[in-house]
Amino acid sequence: MALLELKNVYKIYGDLHALDDVNLTVDEGEWVAIMGPSGSGKSTLMNIIGCMDKPTRGQVLLDGKDIANESSRGLTDIRRDKIGLIFQQFHLINYLTALENVMVAQYYHSMPDEKEAMEALKRVGLGDRAKHLPSQLSGGEQQRVCVARALINHPELILADEPTGNLDETNEKIVLDLFRQLHDEGTTLIVVTHDAEVGASAQRVITLEYGKVTSSHGDTSFGKAARKDVV
Amino acid sequence: MFFRMVKGVLFRQKGKMAMIAFTIALGASLATAMLSVMYDVGDKVNQELKTYGANITVVPKEASVVSDLYEVEGASTIPTSYLKEDELGNVKTIFWAFNIVDFAPFVSTEVNIDGRDVTMVGTWFNHHMSLPTGEELDAGVVSMRSWWDVASGRWLDESKDGDAAKIMVGSQLADQLGVHEGDKVSLKGDAKGGSYEVAGVFEAGGDEDSQIYAPLDLVQDISGTDGLISSIEVSAITTPDNELSRQAAKDPSKLTVAQYETWYCTAYVSSICYQLQEVITDSVAKAVRQVAESEGAILDKTQLLMVLITVLALIGSALGISNLITASVMERSQEIGLLKAIGAHDQAISALLLTEIIIVALLGGAIGFGAGYGFAQIIGYSVFNASIALSPMVIPLVVLLVIVVTLAGSIPAIRTVLRLDPAEVLHGR
Ligand SMILES: Nc1ncnc2c1ncn2[C@@H]1O[C@H](COP(=O)(O)OP(=O)(O)OP(=O)(O)O)[C@@H](O)[C@H]1O
Ligand SMILES: [Mg+2]
Repeated sequence: MALLELKNVYKIYGDLHALDDVNLTVDEGEWVAIMGPSGSGKSTLMNIIGCMDKPTRGQVLLDGKDIANESSRGLTDIRRDKIGLIFQQFHLINYLTALENVMVAQYYHSMPDEKEAMEALKRVGLGDRAKHLPSQLSGGEQQRVCVARALINHPELILADEPTGNLDETNEKIVLDLFRQLHDEGTTLIVVTHDAEVGASAQRVITLEYGKVTSSHGDTSFGKAARKDVV
Repeated sequence: MFFRMVKGVLFRQKGKMAMIAFTIALGASLATAMLSVMYDVGDKVNQELKTYGANITVVPKEASVVSDLYEVEGASTIPTSYLKEDELGNVKTIFWAFNIVDFAPFVSTEVNIDGRDVTMVGTWFNHHMSLPTGEELDAGVVSMRSWWDVASGRWLDESKDGDAAKIMVGSQLADQLGVHEGDKVSLKGDAKGGSYEVAGVFEAGGDEDSQIYAPLDLVQDISGTDGLISSIEVSAITTPDNELSRQAAKDPSKLTVAQYETWYCTAYVSSICYQLQEVITDSVAKAVRQVAESEGAILDKTQLLMVLITVLALIGSALGISNLITASVMERSQEIGLLKAIGAHDQAISALLLTEIIIVALLGGAIGFGAGYGFAQIIGYSVFNASIALSPMVIPLVVLLVIVVTLAGSIPAIRTVLRLDPAEVLHGR
């Protein structure tokens, strides 16, 4: 079943078409990479899929529901319940420890559960860094905290905008391995990247140019894989 | 989690929070100082007023009519009508007897010393009396003339042997007569004359400096006015006047029964006057209003000034706080954007920020309160020579003001939070 469906989506700033008639379907459990030159509209697309922005025109169906009709409060609830976000700049809260940064996501979702948050940190290999502040962590470690935060509430969809953009090769590999695990567990992943290797790890690569989807390569049939137990 | 986040901010962003607390402390200290002084200044001024003499004078009705008609108060010091001495004890039997701090009768006459006419005033200095109620009390002029300077000798004291036939002489007259403490002065009054020892020489800074003061009985003897007095001065603790008391002062009979009850049973100057008239036959009791009222007006103006200073201080700190908080929220825009992105509602984020700020504000307020209380004492000692009592009203008022000012100062910051678009702050474009 299609988890996400974009039909004739436009995002227009003044007379700039940041997204120009985008059609895209992402199935449950699929791993999609979005590539394209700078300014081609990748982040704009991610913001719309991530329910942080609305299209100027067109339909965005998430679980069959059109987000264009949602209030900003409704969008917040969808983000909370269905989406995990990973950022190039990590965006950890600098006065909270690694563990607390994960728990914040639990807190606004339902109930903070220290044990579960600890499990998530162990999973990304940071069990011994739980009490550290972001400033005491390396970039790779911070990105792994960010991944732990994104997956803690078992989202249907994980969105990552340039997740490896600030990482060295070793850390890029660690993060990619984590994505692979999530994918194996059936989590749907959409990853924006400039990095060919990150793109190659995905099942399908979508290329954007001037706001238009210019190509879509990959094995789409694989994406039909059912979601197994997550996290 | 909420409190872990609040704690995180408070402990790991000490510098910024300390700045906000400091700004609030400044405003709170000024507000505390001004409010404390304001609440206490009324009592202080009343105390000062009381030490400067009686609030109420009781005179015979006729004398009052004459002085009202000709508007020449005290033009003739020699009275033509009198009150009865044996009614003096009644002063302490009125409803507000406990509010009467002190009182003293006066009678004056003209005596002749070596061909010179001199006014002689008889009064109580330290008079012991037993009331019909069985109460014992001391009354007299000593505490009501606390500003008199007895330059040589001492105050008279009726309870001392021999003082009944001694006199006190005003400094100017003493100079003219060339008399000193212990000398004898020969004088002749309307009924009697004699030679009296000078117990003390006083300096009052007024007409009294050329007069003689002596025990009431002695002056009555000399002038032949046994059992008569020309006025009574009463020092009383009173409640400040309001609309009701002013209305009553004009004509108590125009009040409704309920109003009359309230008025009669409140220690207004006018109701005490009224009650004094009830117990002293053919008398008129009047508040020494001129002083009281102008002091009251100054008091009002001083308090208004303090209110204005307080308001300005609070507006100032609200602006300061508002700048600091808004700047801090701007700095934290990525954090706030992130919270929104992971599903926090606007209310939740606002509640988080407001909780942080209120905690910081109350801390700052507590520090400011302590400082302000100290500041109030400095004002108290430099202006009134007395400490400023802490009115129980001040604490809740300052807490309320701190919260209101902080919340008002947070409005722009909260608006920033509401407007903040997570998509914009999270993807560093
Ligand atoms: N809020 C906005 N107002 C006006 N123009 C915008 C806005 N957001 C994005 N744009 C424009 O839309 C276009 C697409 O921007 P977007 O951020 O999606 O690019 P991108 O593909 O993510 O680029 P990069 O690889 O550099 O991150 C750009 O030309 C950008 O200037
Ligand atoms: Mg981008």
